[in-house]
Amino acid sequence: MTDLSYDIAHLLAGSTLLLSFALLYQRRLTAVIKVFAVQGLVLAAAAAWQAHVQAAPHLYLTAAIAFGLKTLAIPVALNRIVRRLGIHRTVETALGIAPTMLAGVALVALTIMLVLPIAQGSALLTRETIAIALAVVLLGLLMMITRRNAVTQVIGFMSLENGLILAAVGVQGMPLVVEMSVAFSVLVAFLIFGVFFFQIRERFDSLDLQYLEDARDRGP
Amino acid sequence: MMIAPVLIALLGIPIAAAALLALIPGHRAGALGNIAASGATLVAALVLAAGERDAGTLFFVDDLNAWLVVLTAFVGFTTSLYSAGYIGHEARHRPLEPWQLRFYHAMFQGFMAAMLLALTANNIGLMWVAVEGATLTTALMVSLYRTKAGIEAAWKYFILCGVGIALALFGTILIYLAAQTAQFHGLAAMAWTELQLRAPNFDAAILNIAFVFVLVGYGTKVGLVPLHAWLPDAHAEGPTPISAVLSGQLLNVALYAVLRFKMLLAANDQAMAPGPLMVAMGLLSLLVAGATLYRRRDVRRLFSYSSVEHMGLMTLAFGLGGPIANFAGLLHMAMHALTKSAIFFAVGSMAQSRGSQEISALAGATISHPALGWGFVAAVLAIAGLPPFGIFAAEFMLVTSAIERAPWVGAAIVAGLLLAFGGLIRHLQTVAFAPVPDGAQAIRVAPPLSLYTHLALVLAAGIWLPPPVVAWLRQIAGLLG
Repeated sequence: MTDLSYDIAHLLAGSTLLLSFALLYQRRLTAVIKVFAVQGLVLAAAAAWQAHVQAAPHLYLTAAIAFGLKTLAIPVALNRIVRRLGIHRTVETALGIAPTMLAGVALVALTIMLVLPIAQGSALLTRETIAIALAVVLLGLLMMITRRNAVTQVIGFMSLENGLILAAVGVQGMPLVVEMSVAFSVLVAFLIFGVFFFQIRERFDSLDLQYLEDARDRGP
Repeated sequence: MMIAPVLIALLGIPIAAAALLALIPGHRAGALGNIAASGATLVAALVLAAGERDAGTLFFVDDLNAWLVVLTAFVGFTTSLYSAGYIGHEARHRPLEPWQLRFYHAMFQGFMAAMLLALTANNIGLMWVAVEGATLTTALMVSLYRTKAGIEAAWKYFILCGVGIALALFGTILIYLAAQTAQFHGLAAMAWTELQLRAPNFDAAILNIAFVFVLVGYGTKVGLVPLHAWLPDAHAEGPTPISAVLSGQLLNVALYAVLRFKMLLAANDQAMAPGPLMVAMGLLSLLVAGATLYRRRDVRRLFSYSSVEHMGLMTLAFGLGGPIANFAGLLHMAMHALTKSAIFFAVGSMAQSRGSQEISALAGATISHPALGWGFVAAVLAIAGLPPFGIFAAEFMLVTSAIERAPWVGAAIVAGLLLAFGGLIRHLQTVAFAPVPDGAQAIRVAPPLSLYTHLALVLAAGIWLPPPVVAWLRQIAGLLG
């Protein structure tokens, strides 16, 4: 692998991580959807670049799925849901933007400390991609925890999944990547369908830790 | 590969049945088709288990997964029998559209296919896809009635288990990365049989991290505390046969996934010992779920917390390891699957007879429906761990093994068991001996045959395990290390 292709792979993976942060500080729901679409685009580019560098044509399919679904279909569907269901246009947060960003930075630092030392045996590129991918996964998780509304939760989940795909395409020669990304896409499709069909506007309070035990079942 | 035709039957029947049942109109024909397909799958499972152990590129059969394939197919078959009567009753008493029932039967078979695929897959990626498929099918069944609580439960299940399997996938990718550190590539580097052979050369640090992700990921599906939040909701909503297959199949299959990864770690000298982590999570599940039993009002929630408790006990047993504890864990998996699904059969019918699943509304079930009520009492005594039922045998072995090797863990297990016992007996009294509430509905329901079949098996296993079964379980216990 030449230096240039190495740098481009890093640039794309790093941009994905940067966009995960961008997702965290948006205050308007439509902006969140836009940033997510851009992240899908960058992910598709990263997958396509890996396909080119590793000479693994099946990864082009992963790239195409990422582009078709995450850049085009899902943002359009989500925008329609926001309009039709009349969801609040501002992002409702369980934790303020500044503390969330700080937590995000801490998570990235944790990831780098965790992953970089352990994977000494593997190729340098893989190791760094895995570290960035894990950071994207954890930031997606953070978004799911700190945002109240169902649409932002689903976006958090899909952003988490972007991290997984980034990891899967970054590990050289991993089989079944396409199958796994298809399986995930089906899950995501049903989630979005669920939001739309059942008009799930707010996230259920029961996902909060304090409501872990369902109120309906609380004994006297 | 000699096993190929059986394997095609085992996986092909449920897949074909799912497609077919989606098209068959009328719930009676659908229920019959469901029974026929599940019965044929059970036959295929028995033939598979009686046949030779073999491994191919994508599928394999060894003693461990053959044991669980038979168990899964059996619970699937008896649940399909129970489901026919249950769904018939629901169709008469609830405003259900014909397509919903068609959908239900198709999803039931789809779920069976996913479970069997997860068990027989000789590939960590394929197994992951199967477990993900199982999440999807069960979430759709949980929301079948379209009630607010049902949709909420399905959503919670989707989100929490979605995150769980996402983390499991990250762990799976890391395992492949660990295989690469030993210059091991391609499809073979995702095959259980090959990974097991080469695991001693893998980078131990990557394996450790991978196992933590896998334990948290698949552990969510096992329902280990503190990752169990989805489980009571998913068990309490939707048709009751789904609660039976969730507890009787899905939780076991998720635990199977954890066990496979544990075996990889055990093969590597430098990797951490996975046992203590599993013991800690198992013990936490046992104690938290045991304490939670007391305040339950909803009977299906009560027994879903009991499932958390028992999955904790199994995880603990496998975490302790060694021939006796592993044997106890394997026996416990089977006994819990049979007993818990029997309980859900009884609970489903009792709830139908009273039109409510509140524990207080089921009071006096032994008076109004003696056959059903006493069957329920026997099943609850079995799940509470009383002799002579099979769960007692498994728990006894676990406790003796634990006291011998780690007395404090043994003491904690005994405390947890007593705690859970008290919680169950407290509610059992209401159902068995309290007077029938005034104005209670008393709809006639036929006592389910599957309930007594499961009870008879659990009783027989508690009194006498046939030597071939003992030899089989010993063999697996040795594999698990």
